Amino acid sequence: MDVTSLYNEQFMDHVTHPDYKYAMEDATHEHDGINPSCGDELHLSVRLGDDGRIEECAYTGHGCAVSMASADMMSDLMVGKTPAEAIELCALFKDMVTGAEKDADKLEEQLDEAALLMDVSHMPARVKCAELAWRTLSEMLQE
Amino acid sequence: MASILSAAHIATIEQSPYKLDFPLLAQNPQLAFLDSAATAQRPATVLDAERHFYETMNANPLRGLYRLSVEATASIDAARTRIARFIGATDDDGTPQGNAIVFTRNASEALNLLSRTLPRLTELGPGDDVVISIMEHHSNLIPWQQVCAATGANLVYLRLTEDFSIPKSELAEKIGPRTKIVSVTHVSNVLGVQNDVAAIAARAHEVGALCIVDGAQSVPHVAVNVRSLGCDFLAFSAHKLGGPMGIGVLWGKPELLDAMPPFLVGGEMIDSVTETDAVWSPVPQKFEAGTQDAAGSYATDAAIAYLEAHDMAALEERERLLAAYLCEQLQSRDYITIVGPSEPDRHVGAVSFDVKGIHPHDVASILDMSNVCIRAGHHCAQPLLTYLGWHSTCRASVAFYNDKADIDRLIAGLDTVWGIFNGRN
Repeated sequence: MDVTSLYNEQFMDHVTHPDYKYAMEDATHEHDGINPSCGDELHLSVRLGDDGRIEECAYTGHGCAVSMASADMMSDLMVGKTPAEAIELCALFKDMVTGAEKDADKLEEQLDEAALLMDVSHMPARVKCAELAWRTLSEMLQE
Repeated sequence: MASILSAAHIATIEQSPYKLDFPLLAQNPQLAFLDSAATAQRPATVLDAERHFYETMNANPLRGLYRLSVEATASIDAARTRIARFIGATDDDGTPQGNAIVFTRNASEALNLLSRTLPRLTELGPGDDVVISIMEHHSNLIPWQQVCAATGANLVYLRLTEDFSIPKSELAEKIGPRTKIVSVTHVSNVLGVQNDVAAIAARAHEVGALCIVDGAQSVPHVAVNVRSLGCDFLAFSAHKLGGPMGIGVLWGKPELLDAMPPFLVGGEMIDSVTETDAVWSPVPQKFEAGTQDAAGSYATDAAIAYLEAHDMAALEERERLLAAYLCEQLQSRDYITIVGPSEPDRHVGAVSFDVKGIHPHDVASILDMSNVCIRAGHHCAQPLLTYLGWHSTCRASVAFYNDKADIDRLIAGLDTVWGIFNGRN
């Protein structure tokens, strides 16, 4: 696999200039996620609007580029989604990085930029990193 | 900084005459395997030995009265003798203490054996101290944490100075009249530094404590002699010195092994059993319950035979040159910080480092794509990393079969990593 296929410009942009890495003051939901094997730590915040949809999603924490870029892409994707839709997208993302869902068109259509992380399915050691934000969000919304 | 390596040194490590002896390396000439501190590659002679055992002497050792079983038993005894000689475990007249070599599954199990049996021998209890160092691998840390929690003894840590060494004053202060057990690593799997375990053992004995040495990272790389170290126990793993996975070794002073209660109990470790009691076999069988990995012990013999045939002292010197070259090359990049001593000649095998602003897992993943294998994480030494103020680090480690090209490939790969994260790719 080419080095830059995962760590490409678009991916690196989320690492070096994240849009959603900040503390949210008026969150309605908050949840911590950790990845013990890497030491990645994520604090995820979500504000649900009156219509029940996600108005804003943001995160803080530290970890590898894969976990942080993944969190940034996810935060962008989730704006405007209902909790049920968000949970479904988290499941789809998991299927993508574990290699269970390989339909590139479907993934790009539903996961948008996060479909960039498709290559993680060839990197078993990094699946947990990529999944961290999505697992955390899914846990939070199911509680 | 001027290099400590001469042109002659560089010529020595330019190529590896050993790689062809190692099937995995011979079959993957583009692979830069720099993770021998996690597990070494195995020479063909070790793989052949494993097969030879099952093809020519496969029988359960110890119990059978027929020729095959006798041969299997003899081959394991021969392995014990070679291992004892290899670590300098001899009687005053030079006879190797083969019977003081106990086979376990790995160094962790050897240390667990000690942590489960020594508290009874030493009557460890509240008010007593168990002393370890802050640079222990979890395998020489958690067993003592558990023992102290169960017995009420205190777990005391020897700490490091800024130059990553344990000063004599620390030994004098932390090892005292309350100390019953001292268990320290000979070489740190993170920092690569070698501790003065002879001084630690001497201090332990001054106060009447027992001294255990974790040799997992030293026995494969430096000539270890338990008599000159003066320790009471030494634990190490076969897989880190080219032997099979699943074999660990515990050496102990014979009188101590005799006095200790057994660890695991059951078959193969008793002389006689009644409905209410049992009589233990003599050492080492007392500590080897159940059928052992006899082929693994036999292959461990072959692994040490390989090191001896290639002159352990020459291999040790070559590894020092490789580690020094590795350290100097890392230091040549201003985006890299060495986590450990800055002196290139203080690294035994391993060099930990940080790539500025880039998580070690990203470094390792990108290096993997260019066929460079390093370790990233806490290296099973979380308290050490926390003490030093790191979450995780990268670690490259060498063995004698590596060459200069392996290290050059690492450095080129690190330049690529740096470029990707800094917009130069």
